[in-house]
Amino acid sequence: MTDLAIAANGLRKSYRDKDGDKVVLDGIDLAVPEGTIFSLLGPNGAGKTTTVQILSTLIRADGGQVQIAGYDLNRQADDVRGMIGVTGQYSAVDKLLTGEENLLLMADLKHLPKRTGRQKAKELLERFDLVDAAGRPAATYSGGMQRRLDLAMTLVGDPRLIFLDEPTTGLDPRSRRTMWGIVRELVAGGVTIFLTTQYLEEADELADRIALLDHGRLIAEGTAEELKRLIPGGHVLLKFADPGRLDAARLVLGLGTPDPEALTLQVPSDGSVRVIRQVLAVLDEHSIEIDEMSMHTPDLDDVFLTLTGQNGDQDKEPVR
Amino acid sequence: MSTLTLALRDSATMVRRQLKRLLRYPSMTVQLVVTPVIILVLFVYVFGGTLGAGLGGGRDVYVDYVVPGILLMAAATAATGTAVMVATDMTEGIIARFRTMRISRASVLTGHVVGSVIQQLLGMAVVIGVALAIGFRPNATPVEWLAATGLLTLLVVAVTWLAVALGMKSPTPEAASNAPMPLVFLPFLGSGFVPTDSMPAVLRWFAEYQPFTPIMETVRGLLLGTPIGNSAAIATAWCTGIATASYLWAKHTFDKA
Repeated sequence: MTDLAIAANGLRKSYRDKDGDKVVLDGIDLAVPEGTIFSLLGPNGAGKTTTVQILSTLIRADGGQVQIAGYDLNRQADDVRGMIGVTGQYSAVDKLLTGEENLLLMADLKHLPKRTGRQKAKELLERFDLVDAAGRPAATYSGGMQRRLDLAMTLVGDPRLIFLDEPTTGLDPRSRRTMWGIVRELVAGGVTIFLTTQYLEEADELADRIALLDHGRLIAEGTAEELKRLIPGGHVLLKFADPGRLDAARLVLGLGTPDPEALTLQVPSDGSVRVIRQVLAVLDEHSIEIDEMSMHTPDLDDVFLTLTGQNGDQDKEPVR
Repeated sequence: MSTLTLALRDSATMVRRQLKRLLRYPSMTVQLVVTPVIILVLFVYVFGGTLGAGLGGGRDVYVDYVVPGILLMAAATAATGTAVMVATDMTEGIIARFRTMRISRASVLTGHVVGSVIQQLLGMAVVIGVALAIGFRPNATPVEWLAATGLLTLLVVAVTWLAVALGMKSPTPEAASNAPMPLVFLPFLGSGFVPTDSMPAVLRWFAEYQPFTPIMETVRGLLLGTPIGNSAAIATAWCTGIATASYLWAKHTFDKA
């Protein structure tokens, strides 16, 4: 049996505001094995940051049991803090201090011996490509540099479990790829990563397991492949020159959803060559000419939109 | 390592952080020193002749009278700076980072307080230097200087913890700059700029019982030899009380948030 870095059961949190209690997390269960990347995926306001804040001891849950690396989150908060590193959505660097000073500050707070601390700071500056900027105040850094410094600070003291709350939000594509590379390296070193993101592509690229969070509930969980299989999103889109051909095609194929205005026919497919060949063969047999053809394979976008859409409808039904 | 050693070590780290920040952002310190110096010069040269006449002397008499009030005003002005600094810090992600680390929680606040106290004592030294240059003539013995410094330090510690608590309670740095504002006016509504017996009854009652008056009277007594009476005891009690209450308030706020 693999040890779990995070084991959460029935995590709940609500906030009180002027409209009464607002439920942010409505019973979340999580099981994240050590040495894996787990991604919590959801739109803004789904409760991702709240989840990270609870798991990283920043705020307390209203209910539920959580164990982080075997420590109880409430009763052994300090032991949990000793195990984790957090890089939040907003850069957690001291902007008045230089990059190097920020890292040395972390080394001091991790109670590393002076020399070890210096060594570690030097290593991290090199690894995160910040050597040239080491002597400048962090306020002068670009967004990507601040994010790198932020993550470097999290790594001082070698945490075994790292929370990355939307680590690439607001970064340009290149910085995002750099960040992904760093995350992969970390996991290769045996670190567990808990990643929240609103980018499906990011979860698809990095995560071993993905959980979809919407309105404070997990609506699906699994590997990217498993999630994609959840929905029938794959199809071939055929475009015709006139309505006559469209109707004829629908008739001979015996399936598909026609769109008379766009003159297209959407034929379900699993994306295999066999199905496409069949479709083309049948149309060819009846001499029905196709203007354009395009393939659509399901991606996490489809999964996400389909599942959150369904959930939205359910929410509209009166529950109370 | 024991909890206490860790707490001290973390606090020392945080103090170093805060001192570096103050050095990196000197305009705040400069402003905190310049404001009371301007007020001092303004009161001595613009109002000093007339106000000094009211005290039975001239400008030279008024310089001596007004310095303790200016020193308290300096502390109050600095409190504004501290509150803004804390509020800004709290909105930055770095504090959230500290909270998720296995460190002594109070150390974050201790760093702010010790840093600000050092900053303010230096500021007060500058104010006294300028005062001496424009005619302030204290007749204190070294022991009296030491006692005055001790009381002012206690005051600064109290005001700083209060500023830290106010800074943390403020939703924004802008709000934080307003919160300690009343403190800046307390020297005016006390014996800082004119003797309280020249004020109308209600105001005089407030002036005599508010915390800054006994502190100013004690400092004045120590530096210039005016009667102190029971002011010293009341001043110490006020400072200790404000410091303790503010410390608990600040710590509670930090732990809860």
